[in-house]
Amino acid sequence: MPPTDVAENPIRVLVAKVGLDGHDRGVKVVARALRDAGMEVIYTGLHRTPEQVIASAVQEDVDAIGVSLLSGAHMTLLPRLLELMRERGVEDKVLIAGGVMPDDDVVALKAMGVAEVLGQDTPPAIIVSTVERLVRERQATQAG
Amino acid sequence: MSATGAAIDLAPGVLAGDVGAIARMITRVERGALDGADQMAQLYRAGGLARVIGVTGPAGAGKSTLVAALGAEIRRRDLTLGIVAVDPTSPYSGGSVLGDRIRMQALGDDPEVFIRSMATRGALGGIARATADAVAVLDASGKDVVLVETVGVGQDEVDIAQASHSVVVVSAPGLGDDVQALKAGLLETADVHVVNKADRQGADRTVAELRSMLGFEAGEGWVAPVLPTCAESGQGVPDLADALDRHHDWLVASGGLRERQRSMARHRLKTLLTALVHQRLDRPVPGSAFEAAVEALCLRTTDPWTAAHSLLERELGGRPKGCS
Repeated sequence: MPPTDVAENPIRVLVAKVGLDGHDRGVKVVARALRDAGMEVIYTGLHRTPEQVIASAVQEDVDAIGVSLLSGAHMTLLPRLLELMRERGVEDKVLIAGGVMPDDDVVALKAMGVAEVLGQDTPPAIIVSTVERLVRERQATQAG
Repeated sequence: MSATGAAIDLAPGVLAGDVGAIARMITRVERGALDGADQMAQLYRAGGLARVIGVTGPAGAGKSTLVAALGAEIRRRDLTLGIVAVDPTSPYSGGSVLGDRIRMQALGDDPEVFIRSMATRGALGGIARATADAVAVLDASGKDVVLVETVGVGQDEVDIAQASHSVVVVSAPGLGDDVQALKAGLLETADVHVVNKADRQGADRTVAELRSMLGFEAGEGWVAPVLPTCAESGQGVPDLADALDRHHDWLVASGGLRERQRSMARHRLKTLLTALVHQRLDRPVPGSAFEAAVEALCLRTTDPWTAAHSLLERELGGRPKGCS
Protein backbone atom coordinates (compact mmCIF):
# COMPACT_ATOMS: atom_id res chain seq x y z
CA MET A 1 0.00 0.00 0.00
CA PRO A 2 1.57 3.32 -1.02
CA PRO A 3 1.62 6.21 1.45
CA THR A 4 -1.28 8.56 0.90
CA ASP A 5 -1.70 12.24 1.58
CA VAL A 6 -2.89 12.94 5.07
CA ALA A 7 -6.52 13.96 4.98
CA GLU A 8 -7.01 17.67 5.59
CA ASN A 9 -9.30 17.33 8.58
CA PRO A 10 -9.35 13.80 9.94
CA ILE A 11 -12.25 12.84 12.19
CA ARG A 12 -11.13 12.78 15.84
CA VAL A 13 -12.62 10.09 18.04
CA LEU A 14 -12.14 9.42 21.74
CA VAL A 15 -12.38 5.75 22.57
CA ALA A 16 -12.85 4.82 26.20
CA LYS A 17 -13.63 1.99 28.53
CA VAL A 18 -15.89 3.09 31.35
CA GLY A 19 -16.82 1.14 34.40
CA LEU A 20 -15.32 -1.85 36.02
CA ASP A 21 -14.87 -4.46 33.33
CA GLY A 22 -11.33 -4.99 32.13
CA HIS A 23 -12.04 -6.30 28.65
CA ASP A 24 -10.19 -3.94 26.34
CA ARG A 25 -9.51 -6.21 23.42
CA GLY A 26 -12.58 -5.13 21.50
CA VAL A 27 -11.92 -1.46 22.05
CA LYS A 28 -8.37 -1.86 20.77
CA VAL A 29 -9.63 -3.56 17.62
CA VAL A 30 -12.05 -0.67 17.15
CA ALA A 31 -9.27 1.89 17.69
CA ARG A 32 -7.15 0.23 15.06
CA ALA A 33 -10.00 -0.02 12.54
CA LEU A 34 -10.78 3.68 12.96
CA ARG A 35 -7.11 4.58 12.60
CA ASP A 36 -6.84 2.51 9.43
CA ALA A 37 -9.82 4.45 8.09
CA GLY A 38 -7.79 7.64 8.52
CA MET A 39 -9.17 8.86 11.84
CA GLU A 40 -7.28 10.21 14.83
CA VAL A 41 -8.17 7.99 17.75
CA ILE A 42 -7.51 9.07 21.32
CA TYR A 43 -7.46 5.99 23.51
CA THR A 44 -7.68 6.71 27.21
CA GLY A 45 -7.27 3.30 28.79
CA LEU A 46 -9.28 1.17 31.17
CA HIS A 47 -11.64 1.94 34.07
CA ARG A 48 -12.42 5.55 33.24
CA THR A 49 -15.18 7.39 35.02
CA PRO A 50 -17.78 9.26 32.94
CA GLU A 51 -16.29 12.50 34.36
CA GLN A 52 -12.84 11.59 33.07
CA VAL A 53 -14.17 10.60 29.66
CA ILE A 54 -16.03 13.85 29.12
CA ALA A 55 -13.19 15.99 30.51
CA SER A 56 -10.83 14.30 28.02
CA ALA A 57 -13.32 14.69 25.17
CA VAL A 58 -13.59 18.42 25.87
CA GLN A 59 -9.81 18.95 25.92
CA GLU A 60 -9.26 16.81 22.85
CA ASP A 61 -12.17 18.50 21.03
CA VAL A 62 -13.17 15.23 19.41
CA ASP A 63 -16.01 14.81 16.94
CA ALA A 64 -17.19 11.54 18.44
CA ILE A 65 -16.96 9.63 21.71
CA GLY A 66 -17.03 5.86 21.59
CA VAL A 67 -17.53 4.04 24.88
CA SER A 68 -17.25 0.35 25.36
CA LEU A 69 -19.22 -1.21 28.21
CA LEU A 70 -19.42 -4.86 28.95
CA SER A 71 -20.20 -4.59 32.62
CA GLY A 72 -24.00 -4.32 32.33
CA ALA A 73 -23.97 -0.84 33.86
CA HIS A 74 -24.91 0.88 30.59
CA MET A 75 -28.25 2.21 31.87
CA THR A 76 -26.36 4.11 34.58
CA LEU A 77 -23.17 5.12 32.81
CA LEU A 78 -24.52 6.24 29.43
CA PRO A 79 -27.21 8.59 30.83
CA ARG A 80 -24.51 10.02 33.12
CA LEU A 81 -22.24 10.63 30.10
CA LEU A 82 -25.07 12.44 28.29
CA GLU A 83 -25.77 14.52 31.38
CA LEU A 84 -22.11 15.53 31.65
CA MET A 85 -21.99 16.37 27.94
CA ARG A 86 -24.89 18.77 28.44
CA GLU A 87 -23.27 20.24 31.55
CA ARG A 88 -20.02 20.88 29.71
CA GLY A 89 -21.80 22.19 26.61
CA VAL A 90 -20.49 19.48 24.30
CA GLU A 91 -23.76 17.72 23.46
CA ASP A 92 -22.87 18.43 19.81
CA LYS A 93 -20.39 15.55 19.94
CA VAL A 94 -21.60 12.15 18.75
CA LEU A 95 -21.87 9.55 21.55
CA ILE A 96 -21.66 5.95 20.37
CA ALA A 97 -21.85 2.95 22.69
CA GLY A 98 -20.51 -0.50 22.09
CA GLY A 99 -21.15 -3.70 23.97
CA VAL A 100 -23.86 -6.14 24.86
CA MET A 101 -27.22 -4.69 25.89
CA PRO A 102 -30.86 -5.73 25.64
CA ASP A 103 -32.95 -4.33 22.74
CA ASP A 104 -35.27 -2.42 25.05
CA ASP A 105 -32.30 -0.65 26.60
CA VAL A 106 -30.98 0.24 23.15
CA VAL A 107 -34.28 1.90 22.25
CA ALA A 108 -34.31 3.80 25.54
CA LEU A 109 -30.68 4.92 25.18
CA LYS A 110 -31.22 6.19 21.65
CA ALA A 111 -34.26 8.14 22.82
CA MET A 112 -32.04 9.75 25.48
CA GLY A 113 -29.48 10.92 22.91
CA VAL A 114 -27.00 8.09 22.38
CA ALA A 115 -26.41 8.33 18.62
CA GLU A 116 -25.91 4.62 18.05
CA VAL A 117 -25.42 1.38 19.91
CA LEU A 118 -23.18 -1.17 18.24
CA GLY A 119 -23.35 -4.79 19.36
CA GLN A 120 -20.26 -6.79 20.13
CA ASP A 121 -20.48 -8.66 16.81
CA THR A 122 -20.46 -5.50 14.64
CA PRO A 123 -17.81 -5.86 11.91
CA PRO A 124 -15.07 -3.17 11.99
CA ALA A 125 -16.12 -1.85 8.56
CA ILE A 126 -19.62 -1.12 9.87
CA ILE A 127 -18.20 0.62 12.94
CA VAL A 128 -16.07 2.82 10.67
CA SER A 129 -18.91 3.71 8.32
CA THR A 130 -21.25 4.39 11.25
CA VAL A 131 -18.80 6.83 12.86
CA GLU A 132 -18.20 8.56 9.53
CA ARG A 133 -21.90 8.87 8.77
CA LEU A 134 -22.90 10.13 12.22
CA VAL A 135 -20.10 12.71 12.34
CA ARG A 136 -20.85 13.99 8.83
CA GLU A 137 -24.58 14.18 9.63
CA ARG A 138 -23.86 16.11 12.79
CA GLN A 139 -21.54 18.49 10.95
CA ALA A 140 -24.16 19.05 8.25
CA THR A 141 -26.84 19.96 10.81
CA GLN A 142 -24.48 22.38 12.51
CA ALA A 143 -23.48 24.04 9.24
CA GLY A 144 -27.14 24.39 8.23
CA MET B 1 -15.91 21.25 17.35
CA SER B 2 -18.72 22.89 15.55
CA ALA B 3 -18.87 23.83 11.90
CA THR B 4 -20.41 27.19 12.73
CA GLY B 5 -17.62 27.82 15.24
CA ALA B 6 -15.54 29.57 12.60
CA ALA B 7 -17.37 32.82 13.23
CA ILE B 8 -17.07 32.68 17.01
CA ASP B 9 -14.25 34.69 18.56
CA LEU B 10 -12.52 32.22 20.84
CA ALA B 11 -9.72 34.55 21.92
CA PRO B 12 -11.49 36.03 24.99
CA GLY B 13 -12.34 32.53 26.21
CA VAL B 14 -8.76 31.36 25.71
CA LEU B 15 -7.38 34.38 27.55
CA ALA B 16 -9.78 33.65 30.41
CA GLY B 17 -8.51 30.07 30.55
CA ASP B 18 -11.80 28.50 29.39
CA VAL B 19 -11.12 24.83 28.64
CA GLY B 20 -13.65 24.54 25.80
CA ALA B 21 -12.32 27.66 24.07
CA ILE B 22 -8.70 26.48 24.38
CA ALA B 23 -9.65 23.10 22.92
CA ARG B 24 -11.55 24.58 19.97
CA MET B 25 -8.82 27.12 19.27
CA ILE B 26 -6.25 24.31 19.07
CA THR B 27 -8.52 22.47 16.63
CA ARG B 28 -8.67 25.61 14.54
CA VAL B 29 -4.88 26.04 14.34
CA GLU B 30 -4.51 22.33 13.66
CA ARG B 31 -6.76 22.71 10.66
CA GLY B 32 -4.74 25.69 9.50
CA ALA B 33 -7.98 27.63 9.45
CA LEU B 34 -7.15 31.13 8.30
CA ASP B 35 -10.38 32.49 9.76
CA GLY B 36 -8.69 32.08 13.13
CA ALA B 37 -5.58 34.01 12.12
CA ASP B 38 -6.60 37.33 13.64
CA GLN B 39 -7.52 35.57 16.88
CA MET B 40 -4.16 33.81 16.92
CA ALA B 41 -2.53 37.20 16.36
CA GLN B 42 -4.19 38.43 19.53
CA LEU B 43 -3.23 35.30 21.47
CA TYR B 44 0.38 35.30 20.30
CA ARG B 45 0.83 38.89 21.42
CA ALA B 46 -0.68 38.09 24.80
CA GLY B 47 1.71 35.16 25.32
CA GLY B 48 5.40 34.74 25.92
CA LEU B 49 5.17 34.11 29.65
CA ALA B 50 4.99 30.31 29.75
CA ARG B 51 8.07 28.17 30.14
CA VAL B 52 8.08 25.67 27.29
CA ILE B 53 9.84 22.38 27.99
CA GLY B 54 10.31 19.78 25.29
CA VAL B 55 10.60 16.10 26.17
CA THR B 56 12.03 13.93 23.45
CA GLY B 57 13.85 10.65 22.93
CA PRO B 58 13.55 7.28 21.25
CA ALA B 59 10.34 5.22 21.32
CA GLY B 60 10.06 3.12 24.44
CA ALA B 61 12.23 5.33 26.64
CA GLY B 62 9.19 6.19 28.73
CA LYS B 63 8.49 9.75 27.59
CA SER B 64 4.75 9.70 28.37
CA THR B 65 5.26 8.29 31.85
CA LEU B 66 8.04 10.78 32.51
CA VAL B 67 5.90 13.68 31.28
CA ALA B 68 3.11 12.51 33.60
CA ALA B 69 5.51 12.31 36.57
CA LEU B 70 7.19 15.62 35.76
CA GLY B 71 3.76 17.19 35.29
CA ALA B 72 2.71 16.00 38.75
CA GLU B 73 5.91 17.46 40.23
CA ILE B 74 5.28 20.78 38.48
CA ARG B 75 1.77 20.82 39.93
CA ARG B 76 3.19 20.14 43.41
CA ARG B 77 5.22 23.30 42.91
CA ASP B 78 1.95 25.13 42.37
CA LEU B 79 2.42 25.96 38.70
CA THR B 80 -0.35 25.53 36.17
CA LEU B 81 0.36 23.18 33.30
CA GLY B 82 -0.39 22.50 29.67
CA ILE B 83 0.73 19.37 27.84
CA VAL B 84 0.92 18.77 24.11
CA ALA B 85 1.61 15.10 23.38
CA VAL B 86 2.53 14.28 19.80
CA ASP B 87 2.17 10.84 18.21
CA PRO B 88 2.85 9.78 14.62
CA THR B 89 0.28 9.76 11.85
CA SER B 90 0.30 6.63 9.72
CA PRO B 91 1.68 7.52 6.29
CA TYR B 92 -0.58 4.81 4.87
CA SER B 93 -4.01 5.57 6.24
CA GLY B 94 -3.52 9.12 7.52
CA GLY B 95 -4.95 7.93 10.82
CA SER B 96 -3.35 7.52 14.21
CA VAL B 97 -3.89 6.13 17.67
CA LEU B 98 -2.98 8.72 20.28
CA GLY B 99 -2.39 6.89 23.52
CA ASP B 100 -0.45 9.33 25.68
CA ARG B 101 -3.44 10.08 27.90
CA ILE B 102 -3.41 6.50 29.19
CA ARG B 103 -0.40 7.32 31.34
CA MET B 104 -1.52 10.81 32.22
CA GLN B 105 -4.95 10.09 33.68
CA ALA B 106 -4.08 11.18 37.21
CA LEU B 107 -3.08 14.58 35.80
CA GLY B 108 -6.20 14.68 33.66
CA ASP B 109 -8.36 14.88 36.78
CA ASP B 110 -6.67 18.15 37.76
CA PRO B 111 -8.60 21.16 36.43
CA GLU B 112 -5.38 23.20 36.26
CA VAL B 113 -3.91 20.79 33.72
CA PHE B 114 -4.84 20.85 30.04
CA ILE B 115 -3.70 17.87 27.97
CA ARG B 116 -3.97 17.72 24.21
CA SER B 117 -2.98 14.80 21.99
CA MET B 118 -1.79 15.71 18.54
CA ALA B 119 -0.93 13.66 15.47
CA THR B 120 2.04 14.66 13.30
CA ARG B 121 -0.17 14.77 10.16
CA GLY B 122 2.81 14.18 7.92
CA ALA B 123 5.35 16.48 9.58
CA LEU B 124 8.74 14.85 9.93
CA GLY B 125 10.62 16.77 12.63
CA GLY B 126 9.18 14.97 15.68
CA ILE B 127 6.34 17.43 16.31
CA ALA B 128 3.31 18.52 14.28
CA ARG B 129 3.14 21.69 12.19
CA ALA B 130 0.55 23.08 14.57
CA THR B 131 2.42 22.19 17.77
CA ALA B 132 3.98 25.64 18.16
CA ASP B 133 0.54 27.22 17.68
CA ALA B 134 -1.02 24.88 20.24
CA VAL B 135 1.73 25.90 22.65
CA ALA B 136 0.98 29.56 21.88
CA VAL B 137 -2.69 28.97 22.72
CA LEU B 138 -1.84 27.32 26.05
CA ASP B 139 0.69 30.08 26.77
CA ALA B 140 -1.95 32.75 26.14
CA SER B 141 -4.41 30.87 28.35
CA GLY B 142 -2.10 31.53 31.27
CA LYS B 143 -0.39 28.19 31.80
CA ASP B 144 2.89 28.66 33.70
CA VAL B 145 4.56 25.66 32.07
CA VAL B 146 3.88 23.86 28.80
CA LEU B 147 5.36 20.41 28.30
CA VAL B 148 5.69 19.17 24.73
CA GLU B 149 6.18 15.46 24.26
CA THR B 150 7.54 14.58 20.82
CA VAL B 151 7.01 11.36 18.89
CA GLY B 152 9.62 8.68 19.47
CA VAL B 153 12.55 10.15 17.58
CA GLY B 154 15.67 8.86 15.92
CA GLN B 155 18.69 11.02 15.37
CA ASP B 156 17.70 14.13 13.51
CA GLU B 157 14.10 14.91 14.40
CA VAL B 158 15.07 17.96 16.38
CA ASP B 159 12.34 20.52 15.63
CA ILE B 160 11.58 20.57 19.35
CA ALA B 161 14.82 22.48 19.93
CA GLN B 162 13.34 25.36 17.93
CA ALA B 163 10.07 25.24 19.81
CA SER B 164 11.04 25.13 23.49
CA HIS B 165 13.16 26.87 26.10
CA SER B 166 14.54 23.68 27.60
CA VAL B 167 14.88 20.25 26.02
CA VAL B 168 14.92 17.03 28.01
CA VAL B 169 16.29 14.06 26.08
CA VAL B 170 15.08 10.78 27.58
CA SER B 171 16.87 7.52 27.04
CA ALA B 172 16.66 4.19 28.80
CA PRO B 173 19.00 1.27 29.32
CA GLY B 174 18.83 -1.50 26.79
CA LEU B 175 17.42 0.52 23.93
CA GLY B 176 19.42 -0.86 21.06
CA ASP B 177 22.95 0.39 21.14
CA ASP B 178 22.25 2.68 24.06
CA VAL B 179 23.86 5.99 23.53
CA GLN B 180 24.52 5.17 19.91
CA ALA B 181 20.87 5.91 19.22
CA LEU B 182 21.23 9.39 20.66
CA LYS B 183 24.30 10.47 18.75
CA ALA B 184 24.73 13.66 16.81
CA GLY B 185 21.57 15.72 16.39
CA LEU B 186 19.41 14.53 19.24
CA LEU B 187 22.18 14.45 21.82
CA GLU B 188 23.23 17.99 21.04
CA THR B 189 19.76 19.40 21.58
CA ALA B 190 19.64 18.25 25.22
CA ASP B 191 19.68 20.78 28.03
CA VAL B 192 19.02 17.96 30.47
CA HIS B 193 19.61 14.27 29.89
CA VAL B 194 17.44 11.70 31.59
CA VAL B 195 18.19 8.01 31.79
CA ASN B 196 14.76 6.66 32.60
CA LYS B 197 13.92 3.18 33.92
CA ALA B 198 16.94 3.57 36.15
CA ASP B 199 15.82 0.56 38.17
CA ARG B 200 16.70 -1.64 35.24
CA GLN B 201 19.91 -3.46 34.64
CA GLY B 202 22.45 -1.48 32.65
CA ALA B 203 21.18 1.92 33.77
CA ASP B 204 24.45 2.79 35.50
CA ARG B 205 26.35 2.02 32.33
CA THR B 206 24.05 4.18 30.20
CA VAL B 207 24.49 7.07 32.65
CA ALA B 208 28.26 6.61 32.64
CA GLU B 209 28.41 6.41 28.85
CA LEU B 210 26.40 9.57 28.45
CA ARG B 211 28.51 11.41 31.02
CA SER B 212 31.75 10.42 29.39
CA MET B 213 30.48 11.32 25.95
CA LEU B 214 29.34 14.72 27.20
CA GLY B 215 32.60 15.19 29.09
CA PHE B 216 34.32 15.83 25.77
CA GLU B 217 31.93 18.63 25.00
CA ALA B 218 31.98 20.38 28.34
CA GLY B 219 33.12 23.92 27.89
CA GLU B 220 31.83 27.34 28.72
CA GLY B 221 28.23 27.85 29.68
CA TRP B 222 25.55 25.32 30.50
CA VAL B 223 26.62 21.73 30.97
CA ALA B 224 23.69 19.36 30.47
CA PRO B 225 23.37 17.13 33.53
CA VAL B 226 22.67 13.41 33.22
CA LEU B 227 19.94 12.34 35.64
CA PRO B 228 18.71 8.84 36.37
CA THR B 229 14.93 8.63 36.90
CA CYS B 230 12.32 5.99 37.41
CA ALA B 231 9.24 7.76 36.11
CA GLU B 232 6.90 5.00 37.19
CA SER B 233 7.80 5.37 40.87
CA GLY B 234 8.64 9.05 40.61
CA GLN B 235 12.22 8.50 41.73
CA GLY B 236 14.57 11.21 40.47
CA VAL B 237 11.72 13.34 39.14
CA PRO B 238 12.10 16.18 41.69
CA ASP B 239 15.78 16.32 40.69
CA LEU B 240 14.71 16.68 37.07
CA ALA B 241 12.38 19.55 37.97
CA ASP B 242 15.24 21.17 39.93
CA ALA B 243 17.60 20.78 36.98
CA LEU B 244 15.03 22.41 34.69
CA ASP B 245 14.69 25.28 37.16
CA ARG B 246 18.47 25.68 37.19
CA HIS B 247 18.51 25.68 33.40
CA HIS B 248 15.85 28.34 33.33
CA ASP B 249 17.73 30.47 35.88
CA TRP B 250 20.87 30.06 33.82
CA LEU B 251 19.02 31.11 30.65
CA VAL B 252 17.78 34.24 32.39
CA ALA B 253 21.13 35.11 33.97
CA SER B 254 23.27 34.45 30.91
CA GLY B 255 21.10 36.19 28.38
CA GLY B 256 20.55 32.79 26.79
CA LEU B 257 16.81 33.16 27.21
CA ARG B 258 16.64 36.10 24.86
CA GLU B 259 18.78 34.18 22.38
CA ARG B 260 16.47 31.16 22.67
CA GLN B 261 13.40 33.33 22.19
CA ARG B 262 14.97 34.94 19.17
CA SER B 263 15.81 31.59 17.64
CA MET B 264 12.28 30.31 18.33
CA ALA B 265 10.77 33.43 16.78
CA ARG B 266 13.06 33.15 13.77
CA HIS B 267 12.13 29.52 13.25
CA ARG B 268 8.44 30.28 13.69
CA LEU B 269 8.51 33.07 11.15
CA LYS B 270 10.57 31.04 8.70
CA THR B 271 8.20 28.07 8.88
CA LEU B 272 5.11 30.21 8.46
CA LEU B 273 6.61 32.26 5.66
CA THR B 274 7.69 29.13 3.78
CA ALA B 275 4.19 27.70 4.11
CA LEU B 276 2.60 30.93 2.92
CA VAL B 277 4.98 31.23 -0.05
CA HIS B 278 4.13 27.67 -1.05
CA GLN B 279 0.45 28.37 -0.68
CA ARG B 280 0.68 31.55 -2.72
CA LEU B 281 2.74 29.95 -5.51
CA ASP B 282 0.27 27.10 -5.78
CA ARG B 283 -2.47 29.56 -6.56
CA PRO B 284 -1.35 31.81 -9.42
CA VAL B 285 -2.65 35.38 -9.27
CA PRO B 286 -3.18 36.86 -12.75
CA GLY B 287 -1.36 40.13 -13.23
CA SER B 288 1.04 39.53 -10.34
CA ALA B 289 4.78 40.19 -10.55
CA PHE B 290 5.22 36.44 -10.46
CA GLU B 291 3.09 35.91 -13.57
CA ALA B 292 4.92 38.76 -15.30
CA ALA B 293 8.20 37.01 -14.56
CA VAL B 294 6.81 33.74 -15.95
CA GLU B 295 5.87 35.61 -19.12
CA ALA B 296 9.34 37.16 -19.34
CA LEU B 297 10.91 33.73 -18.97
CA CYS B 298 8.87 32.41 -21.90
CA LEU B 299 10.10 35.31 -24.00
CA ARG B 300 13.64 34.69 -22.73
CA THR B 301 13.94 38.35 -21.79
CA THR B 302 15.03 37.21 -18.34
CA ASP B 303 16.27 33.99 -16.74
CA PRO B 304 14.96 31.98 -13.76
CA TRP B 305 17.83 33.07 -11.45
CA THR B 306 17.48 36.79 -12.04
CA ALA B 307 13.69 36.58 -11.90
CA ALA B 308 13.58 34.53 -8.70
CA HIS B 309 16.07 36.79 -6.93
CA SER B 310 14.32 39.95 -7.93
CA LEU B 311 10.94 38.57 -6.78
CA LEU B 312 12.46 37.61 -3.44
CA GLU B 313 14.12 40.97 -2.98
CA ARG B 314 10.88 42.76 -3.65
CA GLU B 315 9.22 40.85 -0.83
CA LEU B 316 11.91 40.21 1.75
CA GLY B 317 14.45 42.92 1.02
CA GLY B 318 18.20 42.46 1.26
CA ARG B 319 20.18 39.73 -0.33
CA PRO B 320 22.34 37.32 1.63
CA LYS B 321 26.03 37.35 0.81
CA GLY B 322 27.25 34.62 -1.49
CA CYS B 323 24.05 34.51 -3.52
CA SER B 324 24.69 35.41 -7.09
